Amino acid sequence: MKEIHTCKIQDAVSRLCMESNYYLSEDIKEGLLSSKAEEISPLGKSILQDIIDNAEVAEKRAIPICQDTGTVVVFVEIGQDVHITGDSLEEAIQNGIRKGYQEGFLRKSMVEDPLLRVNTRDNTPAIIHYSIVKGEHIKITLAPKGGGSENMSALKMLKPSDGMEGVEEFVLKTVDEAGPNACPPLIIGVGIGGNFEMAPLLAKKALLRPINQSHPKKHIKEMEDRLLLKINALGIGPQGLGGRTTALGVNIEVFPTHIASLPVAVNIGCHVTRHRTVIL
Amino acid sequence: MKKKITLPIQDEVISTLEAGDEVLLTGILYTGRDAAHKRMVETIKDNKPLPIDLRNQTIYYVGPCPAKPGEIIGSCGPTTSGRMDAYTPIILEQGLKGMIGKGERNKAVIDAIIKNKAVYFTAIGGAGALLADRVKKAEVIAYEDLGAEAIYKLYVEDFPAVVTIDAKGNNLYDTQKEKYKKILNQA
Ligand code: SF4
Repeated sequence: MKEIHTCKIQDAVSRLCMESNYYLSEDIKEGLLSSKAEEISPLGKSILQDIIDNAEVAEKRAIPICQDTGTVVVFVEIGQDVHITGDSLEEAIQNGIRKGYQEGFLRKSMVEDPLLRVNTRDNTPAIIHYSIVKGEHIKITLAPKGGGSENMSALKMLKPSDGMEGVEEFVLKTVDEAGPNACPPLIIGVGIGGNFEMAPLLAKKALLRPINQSHPKKHIKEMEDRLLLKINALGIGPQGLGGRTTALGVNIEVFPTHIASLPVAVNIGCHVTRHRTVIL
Repeated sequence: MKKKITLPIQDEVISTLEAGDEVLLTGILYTGRDAAHKRMVETIKDNKPLPIDLRNQTIYYVGPCPAKPGEIIGSCGPTTSGRMDAYTPIILEQGLKGMIGKGERNKAVIDAIIKNKAVYFTAIGGAGALLADRVKKAEVIAYEDLGAEAIYKLYVEDFPAVVTIDAKGNNLYDTQKEKYKKILNQA
């Protein structure tokens, strides 16, 4: 049995808020560089260079890569041999976000009621997903997500007979409609299977995987590759101003589903798809 | 080559700009997004004076991050322009000449751009840090109660943008996607 105090959790969360917003992950940086080399539109090339420079400026000055520092999504994996001491875990995480967003000079974008729309002024509440696993650790992954790309995401309950083709068609249609609003080049998270609430969660989790890592199942990896090729033939290009680089990567996650169902969710990620993990 | 443009932008300059031109803007910009637009349009409809004179000015759709101590402004990339479409034709009637945002505009806005000989620029969505670097002065001049949505007066230098809808109504989003789709599907 290992004891972890909530103070430690709060500090870790607050640090992750800043780090995830200031530092673009290496896989995306590499993706931007290699896409720039392959981009056929001169304007697209120039935009990709500005995006690369932007990440450098953010890192150097320790300021947010993008001003939309997002809704905070947190995945918490708790080892079953851990005993949490101190405050409530939920409070510790929300307090960590309050502190991180305040001290990190991050924008507060959450409104208290979706219809009355008054800002909570501290970017809480975060959306937290807990899971219990084996072991003596707590793993926290923090993924702030901007509104522009989140708004272009979609879920569809397909028929099993729609098959692979139906899935791919829906993904392509969603990306095509996202167009410039989601700040391409994009990262596409796809969730296939599960049920009505599981598919979007799979799609969100898919965005956490580095874009240079394929799905271990062969037929899913092949679908990822095929979709990336098709998406990059849509012509949308960097910022929707034309070109080859519409997406940097497609990540798919799958889950068993009902005999009558084929749920598909597409979570659109922008070129500032952020996530950072710490293990306590 | 990127064209250097001085703000406020002159009519003679607007007429030379074409969709697809990359520009570097230097001069005064006003910020404004959803809440500020809503309030300005309500003021216009009430026949009351606006807190800023919009004639020949350029509005940047942005809600910046808070500035760190000693810095001028936090990250400040463009927000989605489409949310301003309902207000834009009325704002253009006030003499506004330029808009900077990201994403497509509706037909009413494009018609109003042509009618008022204005121009729609896009800046790179998500390039908030790079763009903050080009802001040399920033002060809140109206609607302070709106926080990140208040109207700021910015002085920018070499602020990069792309002419996306020109005064003739040519729309880069329409032409480029189709053009590259064709090229990519031939290869
Ligand atoms: S979609 Fe992404 S890059 Fe674009 S403004 Fe939102 S968070 Fe920033």
